[in-house]
Amino acid sequence: MRFTPNSDTVVQAMLDSIGLQNLEQLFDDIPAQVQMQRPLDLPGEMSEMELHSLLTGLAGKNKPAAEHPCFLGAGAYDSYIPAALDQLLLRSEFYTSYTPYQPEISQGILQGIFEYQTMICQLTELDVSNASLYDGASALAEACTLAAVHTRKKMVIVPETVHPEYRQVLETYAMSGYYEPVFVPCPHGIMDLEQVADLVKDQAAALVVQHPNFFGHLEPMGSVADLIHQAGGLLIMVVDPVSLAVLKPPGAWGADIAVGEGQPLGNTLSFGGPYLGFMAVTRQLMRKIPGRIVGQTTDVEGRPGFVLTLQAREQHIRRDKASSNICSNQALNAMAAAIYLTLLGPRGLKDTALRCHELAVYAQRQLEEAGFPLLYKQPFFREFVVETPDAAAINSRLLEQGIIGGLAVDQGMLLAFTEKRTRQDIDRLVAAFKGE
Amino acid sequence: MSRLIFEKSRPASNKMNIPPAEVGQVDMTETIGEYLRQGELPLPDVNEVETVRHFTALSKRAYGVDDGLYPLGSCTMKYNPKIDEWAARLPGLAGLHPYQPLETVQGALQIMYETSQWLCEITGMDEFSLQPAAGAHGELTGVMMIKAYHTQRGDTGRTTMLVPDSAHGTNPATAHVVGYKVEEVKSDARGLVDLEDLKSKLGPHVAGLMLTNPNTLGLFEEDILEMSQLVHDSGGLLYYDGANLNAIVGVARPGDMGFDVVHVNLHKTFGTPHGGGGPGSGPVGVKKHLAPYLPVPRVEKNADQYVFNYDYPQSIGKVKEFYGNFGVVVKAYTYMRALGGAGLKEASQHAVLNANYVKTNLQGTYHIPFDRLCKHEFIVTAKEQMDSSKVSTLDIAKSLLDYGYHPPTIYFPLIVREAMMIEPPESESRERLDDFIAAMQDIADQAVKNPDLVKNAPHYTVVRRLDEVKAARNPVVRWEEAIDV
Repeated sequence: MRFTPNSDTVVQAMLDSIGLQNLEQLFDDIPAQVQMQRPLDLPGEMSEMELHSLLTGLAGKNKPAAEHPCFLGAGAYDSYIPAALDQLLLRSEFYTSYTPYQPEISQGILQGIFEYQTMICQLTELDVSNASLYDGASALAEACTLAAVHTRKKMVIVPETVHPEYRQVLETYAMSGYYEPVFVPCPHGIMDLEQVADLVKDQAAALVVQHPNFFGHLEPMGSVADLIHQAGGLLIMVVDPVSLAVLKPPGAWGADIAVGEGQPLGNTLSFGGPYLGFMAVTRQLMRKIPGRIVGQTTDVEGRPGFVLTLQAREQHIRRDKASSNICSNQALNAMAAAIYLTLLGPRGLKDTALRCHELAVYAQRQLEEAGFPLLYKQPFFREFVVETPDAAAINSRLLEQGIIGGLAVDQGMLLAFTEKRTRQDIDRLVAAFKGE
Repeated sequence: MSRLIFEKSRPASNKMNIPPAEVGQVDMTETIGEYLRQGELPLPDVNEVETVRHFTALSKRAYGVDDGLYPLGSCTMKYNPKIDEWAARLPGLAGLHPYQPLETVQGALQIMYETSQWLCEITGMDEFSLQPAAGAHGELTGVMMIKAYHTQRGDTGRTTMLVPDSAHGTNPATAHVVGYKVEEVKSDARGLVDLEDLKSKLGPHVAGLMLTNPNTLGLFEEDILEMSQLVHDSGGLLYYDGANLNAIVGVARPGDMGFDVVHVNLHKTFGTPHGGGGPGSGPVGVKKHLAPYLPVPRVEKNADQYVFNYDYPQSIGKVKEFYGNFGVVVKAYTYMRALGGAGLKEASQHAVLNANYVKTNLQGTYHIPFDRLCKHEFIVTAKEQMDSSKVSTLDIAKSLLDYGYHPPTIYFPLIVREAMMIEPPESESRERLDDFIAAMQDIADQAVKNPDLVKNAPHYTVVRRLDEVKAARNPVVRWEEAIDV
């Protein structure tokens, strides 16, 4: 199955017209020592029918969470995706186009991203959103760079209630030298305010708070914004966008930057990607936010239209002075998020969040009654850690019954509840905990 | 512009319903209390039918490969096979949670493992990581590995990264973000790296050289072996920016040219769609001596089982949550399996043929600064049109919109004035190319006969030239109820 439309005869005619005899001559400028002297050692062409059965077979070796009761969360959520969403995403003008460098023929994509940016601002109650970053973890790393550049300080305080993979990415990106993360142990499942206060003093560029945190718990947000602002640093919040339908948003807590994983907004689990990182900031930080931004303007006839804007921040202009090198982002995933939020609307998203929360509360009460209490006695949204030394055994019991259990963590199991779960799923979960 | 979705919002029109949980009422003021959001959630309230019409209308104001030729240089806008979209949507792939037990994701791991193997063979490298999410992310990962390599050997004096003056903007930006000073290497009259300039800039302070080959002028760096020798002799490493790999698959391999690290863009060379700006995927490959620094986890095969191995203490760590843009990897895997080894080579041959065919046919119409055998792309300029009637590259690009084409990459590379970088990929037929050539010739004619027509283009698009200065001076980057739009 090849996608080269020109036949051998046409190819020969084209070669003749440019004065060449064969295709090999097109590569005469490549020194013989670096030309391959053998064919690629790879299997041959496959027909579409053969491909169909190959891929069906490979997919069939897996047991997808989305088609089984699944209690895994930890940064990726098995949400329900309305049927209309994928049909719209398959509009090929969206998915087969490049970055909208030519705005006159890209108004639809630019407008879709402008609407996405607005919705992210609405969810976070912050002023300015970019057009997306790779994922939640790299968005956090970019946020720390932004905070360090803005405050001209380096220390970034990161409680260990932040997702471990986000902390790993943060450490890797720290190689840039822009910021230095300081990780704060959190033995009680939420951040230790006293320790954080001790560290903040006046050297901190930022305090990072994930809320709800990796363990699903709500952090003591009350005075953290004042704490870090008094020290001249910025508050960076990592948030689950679905939670923002019911939880007080970052802007209302006084956050300067909100980032997070946008996957729960209508993107399939897809074994960890492609997802999208979102980032919203206060107006004060607008000209420092990394990545692309769409802005509204007018054309020569005064009609409103959209363009990529504030490009002086970006790598193709600043080159060796840019503080982020991002070029491609996750535009189609951002478009999916915008379509998802529109399909659900304000009530749909709120009811989704409420359903998740109700299921989680029900599960927690049932588990507690069965002798499996919370590891950390803290309020939660749709995830929590239940105390058990036997997470692995419980998970294999569940798997035998066609259920994908939670994530084994130190002293317990992290369980997540999306709107797709049902009371029956939870009752089976609790039964497996009881050894049934 | 089409009315914004927010302007189409009508209270209570969205009738999507989420069933109640039926687990008894939960009073959120009790369970969540002080953490509750105050006030209404300000999202648009639109019925499904109007939502579908809205986004359908938006799609009609965009242009993709499925609409026609998209000769955007260095972006390889080839056809995105539909079977790839189907494959990535299979529930057994799209529905996998990243933390599922390994025994439930063996098919997914097999796809990752085999994709890495294919990429190793195609590029001549020893190991690959699929973790980076895009080309620039691959660059970041690769340059971090270069830094880790020097640092862990105690060779800490290497503070400079060399980048040719024709490089993509991401190269110097990446080197800077990883903490390197960036020094430019000049191009010579051939359009290739100036060897003397390179020699003069090498030394114990140089960590490496980032290079695209063929370069952004579409020219193969013929002295690559000598360059590689020079860089390695001075203790530096060679980075391959794979944006232009589509020119040489099956013909030459970066690994055989002496490159130590490469990234490939699955959304360019391997046919995955670009999605209006992403998602891409930028796997990174290395030679053995850099393998210890690859991101974790690595997918490995133990007997018949595929596993994730995190046990690489020298690894730079993770650059992304989970394992990369798996859905994009599935599409690239399907593409590679469809074509097979010989088909992949044929794709590169046809891409290079198309480029040379278009270039030859534009001779005499446009100035061609480096008129020699090109690879998958080439540069023409509006020099003559500027001299005769002040018609610029931008004017020509905007005029192409009226002919129904996406224009080439313009004003890049920076070393050529009024540059247009044209890349007609292998999936374009001779007829399509002939039509494009005719349009380019027609515009050149108009530039002489009726320059104002070209200078004021586009005339037939949904909006005409947009005021970018205004957009940057008075940024309106979100809709707000108070603002009258």
